[in-house]
Amino acid sequence: MAKRPTPTEFIVERDKDRCIACQVCVRMCSNDVHIYDADTNTVTSDNSKCVGCHFCETLCPTDAITIKKNESSFKPNANWSVSVISDITKQAETGGVILTGMGCDKPYTIYWDHILLNASQVTNPSIDPLREPMELRRYIGRKPDKIELDYNKKGKIELKTMLEKQLKLEVPIMFSAMSYGSVSLNTCISLAKASHELGIFYNTGEGGLHKSLYKYGKNTIIQIASGRFGVHPEYLRTGAAIEIKIGQGAKPGIGGHLPGEKVSKEVSEARMIPEGTDAISPAPHHDIYSIEDLRQLIHALKEATDYEKPVGVKIAAVHNVVPIASGVARAGADYIAIDGMRGGTGAAPKVIRDNVGIPIEFAIAAVDARLREEGIRTKVSLIAAGGFRSSGDVIKAIALGADAVYIATSALIALGCSQCQKCYTGKCNWGIATQDPYLTKRLNPEIGVQRLKNLIRAWSLEIKDMLGGMGINSIDSLCGNRTHLRGIGLSDRELEILGIKSAGEPQ
Amino acid sequence: MKRIRIDEKYCMGCRLCEVHCIVQHSKTKNILKTYMGECSKPAPRIFVEEKGYVTFALQCRHCEDAPCLDACMTGAMYRDKETGAVLCSEDKCVGCWMCIMVCPFGVISRSSDKKIASKCDLCMGEDMPVCVKNCPNEALKYEDSKD
Amino acid sequence: MKTLKTEYLIIGNSASGAACIEGIRKIDKTGSITVISDENTFNYSRPLISYFLAGKVKKEEMPFRDKKFYSKNNVKLILGNMAKKLDTKKRIVCLSHGEKNIFNKLLIAIGGSPIIPEIKGSWLDGVFAFTTFGDVVAIKDYIKNHTVKRAIVIGGGLIGLKAVEALIELGIKVSIVELADRILSTTFDTKASEIIQDALRKTGCNIFSNNTVVEILGKDNNKKVKSVTLKTRKQVPADLVITAIGVSPNIQLVKNTSISINKGILVDETMQTNVKDIYAAGDVCEKNIPIWPNAFKQGRIAGENMAGGNAVYTGGIAMNSVELCGIPTISIGKTSLEQDKYKILEMHKKEELIYKKIVLENNHIVGCIFVGNIERAGIYTGLIINRVDISNVKDTLLEEDFGILALPEKYRKHLVGDVGLEV
Repeated sequence: MAKRPTPTEFIVERDKDRCIACQVCVRMCSNDVHIYDADTNTVTSDNSKCVGCHFCETLCPTDAITIKKNESSFKPNANWSVSVISDITKQAETGGVILTGMGCDKPYTIYWDHILLNASQVTNPSIDPLREPMELRRYIGRKPDKIELDYNKKGKIELKTMLEKQLKLEVPIMFSAMSYGSVSLNTCISLAKASHELGIFYNTGEGGLHKSLYKYGKNTIIQIASGRFGVHPEYLRTGAAIEIKIGQGAKPGIGGHLPGEKVSKEVSEARMIPEGTDAISPAPHHDIYSIEDLRQLIHALKEATDYEKPVGVKIAAVHNVVPIASGVARAGADYIAIDGMRGGTGAAPKVIRDNVGIPIEFAIAAVDARLREEGIRTKVSLIAAGGFRSSGDVIKAIALGADAVYIATSALIALGCSQCQKCYTGKCNWGIATQDPYLTKRLNPEIGVQRLKNLIRAWSLEIKDMLGGMGINSIDSLCGNRTHLRGIGLSDRELEILGIKSAGEPQ
Repeated sequence: MKRIRIDEKYCMGCRLCEVHCIVQHSKTKNILKTYMGECSKPAPRIFVEEKGYVTFALQCRHCEDAPCLDACMTGAMYRDKETGAVLCSEDKCVGCWMCIMVCPFGVISRSSDKKIASKCDLCMGEDMPVCVKNCPNEALKYEDSKD
Repeated sequence: MKTLKTEYLIIGNSASGAACIEGIRKIDKTGSITVISDENTFNYSRPLISYFLAGKVKKEEMPFRDKKFYSKNNVKLILGNMAKKLDTKKRIVCLSHGEKNIFNKLLIAIGGSPIIPEIKGSWLDGVFAFTTFGDVVAIKDYIKNHTVKRAIVIGGGLIGLKAVEALIELGIKVSIVELADRILSTTFDTKASEIIQDALRKTGCNIFSNNTVVEILGKDNNKKVKSVTLKTRKQVPADLVITAIGVSPNIQLVKNTSISINKGILVDETMQTNVKDIYAAGDVCEKNIPIWPNAFKQGRIAGENMAGGNAVYTGGIAMNSVELCGIPTISIGKTSLEQDKYKILEMHKKEELIYKKIVLENNHIVGCIFVGNIERAGIYTGLIINRVDISNVKDTLLEEDFGILALPEKYRKHLVGDVGLEV
């Protein structure tokens, strides 16, 4: 037989005793899973269309719907799993690359879960953050090797050294790059406004800047990627910092592709491309083939913005991330953002997302160590990105050497995302990864801003608690302070790369 | 005076407001009983309108200069002193439909079981109208009127 | 003889009178108000009399404003006393019981009287008008004390039909005599009339259209009604006859005063007559469309102006809503017109007894009829009153989900003044 149906991934379980046929699910599902039959006044489902986003389940007023994984499929097989068989079948039918969204979901080791934090006992007592001030503020940017002070005419001490431009973060967490186009304007507004109110930064991705977002410029990192979409002098001037995107953790080595259907009139205006055309970002920057080329672009951008804005470079965590990062630092970048392999994406070939790159834990530890060895760690700030799930991950990353972290997936989950990984379809029921006006309005930025603020507030409180427990009252003191970390369940080699001792080993 | 504000930008058109309005004005106020036919289901007092991708849920605006108050010949339609809401006294209404005829928003309707007018009562007795409370996207808000 | 002095004198205690009190009190919280009514009830809703006849509304449910309304608004109420004479120069109104009332501002809201046809035998027992509470009390008494099995209602307009409905409710077989070729000829078009006629016939009602009663015949020494003779010479037996062919303004009081009248009292847009400080409102006015909302609005506007406000009555349109034989109906504005000048949109679902009609004149709605389904009819009323250009939504006007959203945004937003409350 030429055709074999792939098993449905989910089953919509509808409790007949509870379903009141109010049709909220029918109206709301962008995948047309739910079907209303007026003759019998009942609602049924087409399971094959369900992506498992749980939007219907969330709205159902009687809790009649449960979305379940379809367990019954093939004979259990550790090698030939359902998803493997499904993918092969799909490819046998279409001959195409399998697309997916969000970050790698393969069970590679999550090293955060193998790293433990320290706490003070007896000596070096812990600090109670409720009673004593606790500093979470971070500055991103090139720091001077030394600071010279002098007395001014009035006899007061004054800073003599000229400091490079810095980004001031009230919390060492920022919202990572997500372009307007891949996500809805309401998502961008939520991120921008929340950043503004939190005193942190969000990143435009390669989506340009929608006119309604200019007012958040002071909290915006504007990105320049290989497609150069939406880049113009005012764009450069509006942002607080400029980020050159070389690579992305979810899809290192390849470019981006925003399908024409998502390029609405407003997206096309922000990106400066014709409406409805595919927006293709090339794999490399066609003017960057060396560190020297990169250096040129960095300085061109600094020149264009009167040296008033830090210029950073974002790279994916790949095997050679260490020397690359060193090169980037030497090219004059004010910060390096390293995106680990669990970082998300709006669309990527599944095979790339799941098989290319390295975890951020290794990348950040190795890069920090090398930059220290080379004596250039202070010349550049490090931002870790790619799958930060909690304040625990954040504080461990900082102890490993990051100055701050970028979060995106967590932010989207705060906005409703259920990790269905269908961003590339443009039919996001939660109004996040879509440009369909019927869907985008589902994300009310007022709610979005509040939820993002809540998340960052909660993580800040937890970070303060953990810091206090370690007897530290400033996040600065933790940066790269690996003595506060211990590994568990890791090989010697892994511990060595992470630069931490094993659990049980004293100082 | 608190009023329901409509933000059509964020109305998803899910009609949960309608569902909860029906339940609130049913006899049992129990969603399953209301819908499963154990008692008669009242007509919703909220009107969800849809055109293209614009949707909004409209209920009585409790107008300052309410035409229904002038038109009511029995005095059933009255303004609540405390809240300023325009309410319909079920005992006095005889179902002449004058209010339906003059309401420029078209938000008064015939009750499904009795010959009386049915309209938004701002869910008197509740902290906030159930349509507002159950709007998943805060497209309806219960706020002090701005005058 | 007693002489009373009052700031505001209101003659008439129905819709306009009560609305006038509300209008005055909106502006002037203290000025003395006196209300004179020739009826004995402290107030009642005239349109409710048919419901009272049918027994659906009790006597105590007749008022549209409760007793406290007068005390709360500090109003002196003189009941069962008729204004006999009006001196516009001295500003005095003499009452039938002899008192004199000196006023500063006056509202005449004495409504209309039923037109009693000049028919032989109309003085017989069992022949009634159908306008006041008194009429209905008398009808009720008559039904209680006599065997009434068949009734004739002369006039197939709305008031007549309300009487018909009440009588049917009481188990009385009713015949309607209508001068025109169909009932409700002034409010409805032929199709709508037919739907109601069919429904009435189904309940056992006879309809004699293109017909009139030429004589009412009596029995028991020619005292009580026995039957009527129609124009067509047909004899129809009847134990009760109700005449409901319309009302005319009560102008006896102002005849031979300096107040200008024609068929009714002439007023300007502030509801003032040609005599300063003397206002008139409701059915007593010339060219008024005798419906409750108009009378109420006029009364309130008069009241506001009497108290020094500057409200303006922009004119009402004819509109009626009534449920007959379980079929709700609404008609607004111009409904029965020649096709060529107006564009007609129609929707008729015969099975479901649903009929909708919209009359357009140059991109404006000027009238509509709703039978069977009256949901959201008020939106169309708004479009008529506000003369909204509907050229962009013409095709959707009769769609089932037609609503506010289809209307021009500007119109939607203007409906409610308060920022944010608009839709």
